[in-house]
Amino acid sequence: MLILTIARLTVLEMLRRKLFLVLLGLTLLVVAFTSWGFGQITTIGTRPMTRVEQVAVVSQLLILVGFMFSFTLAFSAVFAGAPSLSGDVESGTALAILARPISRAEFVLGKWLGVVITILVYALPTTALQLFMVDRVVQYVPPHPLEFVAFIALEGTVALTLALALSTRLAGMVGGVVALILWGVGWIGGIVGGVGLALDNATAMHVGTATRLLLPTDGMWRGAVWALEPATIIGAARQAGAATAGNPFFAADPPDPAYLAWTIGWIAVGLGVAIWSFTHREV
Amino acid sequence: MIDAPAIVTRDLAKRYGTIQALAGLTMTIPRGAVFGFLGPNGAGKTTAVKLLLGLASPSGGSGEILGQPIGERSSRRRVGYLPELFRYQSWLTAREVLALHCELAGIDRAAWQREIEDALAVVDLSDRGSTRVGGFSKGMQQRLGLGVALLGSPEVVLLDEPTSALDPVGRHDVREIIRTLRERGVTVFLNSHLLSEVEQVCDRVIIVDHGKVIADGTLDELLRTDTVRLRVDGLPRDATARLAAFGKIVEEGEWLVLRGIDAARVPDLVAEIVRLGGRVYAVEPRHESLEDRFLRLLEGA
Repeated sequence: MLILTIARLTVLEMLRRKLFLVLLGLTLLVVAFTSWGFGQITTIGTRPMTRVEQVAVVSQLLILVGFMFSFTLAFSAVFAGAPSLSGDVESGTALAILARPISRAEFVLGKWLGVVITILVYALPTTALQLFMVDRVVQYVPPHPLEFVAFIALEGTVALTLALALSTRLAGMVGGVVALILWGVGWIGGIVGGVGLALDNATAMHVGTATRLLLPTDGMWRGAVWALEPATIIGAARQAGAATAGNPFFAADPPDPAYLAWTIGWIAVGLGVAIWSFTHREV
Repeated sequence: MIDAPAIVTRDLAKRYGTIQALAGLTMTIPRGAVFGFLGPNGAGKTTAVKLLLGLASPSGGSGEILGQPIGERSSRRRVGYLPELFRYQSWLTAREVLALHCELAGIDRAAWQREIEDALAVVDLSDRGSTRVGGFSKGMQQRLGLGVALLGSPEVVLLDEPTSALDPVGRHDVREIIRTLRERGVTVFLNSHLLSEVEQVCDRVIIVDHGKVIADGTLDELLRTDTVRLRVDGLPRDATARLAAFGKIVEEGEWLVLRGIDAARVPDLVAEIVRLGGRVYAVEPRHESLEDRFLRLLEGA
C-alpha cells in the first residue's frame, strides 16, 4: 500500500508547508466577513425585504461566494498539483524514493490521492461552515448543499488531474500556468456555449460543448450553481426562456448522468495519461 | 538467486539524443566486493547507476542486480542508494525521512525504531534526529543520505559521490563505514572521481570515459607496472649494454631503472647483475599511483 504512504507524505507536505493552514485561515476570514454581509443585506433597503426578495438576493450572493470556493479549490489544486512531480524530480527528492521498490504508478496515484484528500478536508468543513452561518444569519439553506460540495470537489479534482498530468513533463511554474489558462478557457468556453444557446447560434453552442467535454471544470461549476439555485429563481428563469443560459452564474438543470460519467472517466483517463507519462520519464 | 553476482551488466548502453552517455558497459561484480567506478565528469558514471536502479531506461543491453532484471521492482528490494544530487523532504525531520524509507523499503514496522537509531548512530546524527532536514547543511544531508542507504541491511549499496559535500573527518567516517560494510559481506558500488578515496577502500575498479570502459581490474592489476628500480654499485662500464636484454635501462643517480621487464624475470636480472660483479642493495617494483594511471588512461583513451 505504498500509494497510501505517498498520499500521507503529500498531505503532510501540504500541512507542514502551511498551504493548507493559510488557505483555511483566509477562508475562515472570508466566511466571517460574508456572514456579517449576509446579515446586513436584509436591512440596507428603504423598506424591509419580503421573504421572497431575501431568498432571491441571498441565493444569488451565495452563488458568488460559491464561485470563490470553486476557484479557490481549483487554483489550490493546480498550485499543489503542478509542481508535485516535476518539483520532486528537479530537486532530486524523487531519486531516493523511486530507487525503492515502488512503481511509478503508485507514486503518481499517491500524489494525486494526497491532494484530493487535502481538497476534501478543506472543502467539506469550510463550505459546511459557510452554509451553516448563512442559515444562522438569514435562515436560508440552499436546495442541494451536499451536491454543491460534491460538484466543486469534482471540479478541483479535474483541475488537479490536469495539473498532475502536466507535471509529469513540465516544470511546476509552466504546468501551473498552462493548467490555469486551460481552466479559464474552459470557463469562457462554457459562457460562449451559453451565449450560443441564448442566441441560437450553433457554432457558439458547439464551442461550449467541445470545451465542456475537453475539460469538464466549467461543467462541474454549473452543477455547483444549480445546487445553490432556489426553485423560485429557476422557475422565473424558465419563463424568461433561453436568454438566461448566457449567465455563467446560473444553471437551471444539474449535469446529466452521462456527463457526470464522462467527468469521472475524464479523471480516470487523465490519471492514466499521468501514470504513463511519468513511467516513461527518466529522473 | 542466492548465488547470483551482486551486479551484472551486458552491453548496457544509454543514449540521450545524439549523446552516447554510456556505450556498452559489461561488468560482473561479485558479492562482498567494494567496487570503484571511476571516471571524469560526464563519463557516464551516474547514468550507469540510474540504469541499474531503473531511474532511467537503457537504450540497449541488459543487466541484473542480485539476479533480478534491472528496472523491475524486485531488483530494488535489497538495494541501498545514495544519489549524487539529491534533497530530502525539507519539512520532515531526519527520523521521519528514515521512517519513510523504512516503509518504502518494506522493513517490518517493529524493526523501524532500531533501524532508524542505528542509521543515525552510524552517520553520527543521533543528536539531530528530531531536526527538520531543511535546517541541515549539505554535509549533514549527505550523512543522512548515507544512513538512508544503509536501512534494512541491504545486500548491495550504491553510493554516488558519497563524500562530495563532506569535510576530511566526514570522508574518513565514510571510508570506515564502507570498510564495515565489506566486513559484513555487503557489496558496495562506489561511484567517485576522488581517486584517493577509491584507492583506499576499493577491491576492484572500473574506469570509464566517454561512456566506455577503458580499464577494469583489481587495484594491484591496474597499478602494477613493468618497471623495477635497483640500487646497485660495482657494475662494469659495459654492463648496461649487457643488461639491455631485460628491458630499457635508465640510470637515475645510484639507481638503475628497468622498464618493460616481466616480473618473473626480476630474479634473473638480479643474478645477472651479481654475475657481472655488481652489488645489489635494493630491488623495488615501481607502482603507479591511481591518479597517474587514471590520467595516463584518459590520455590514451
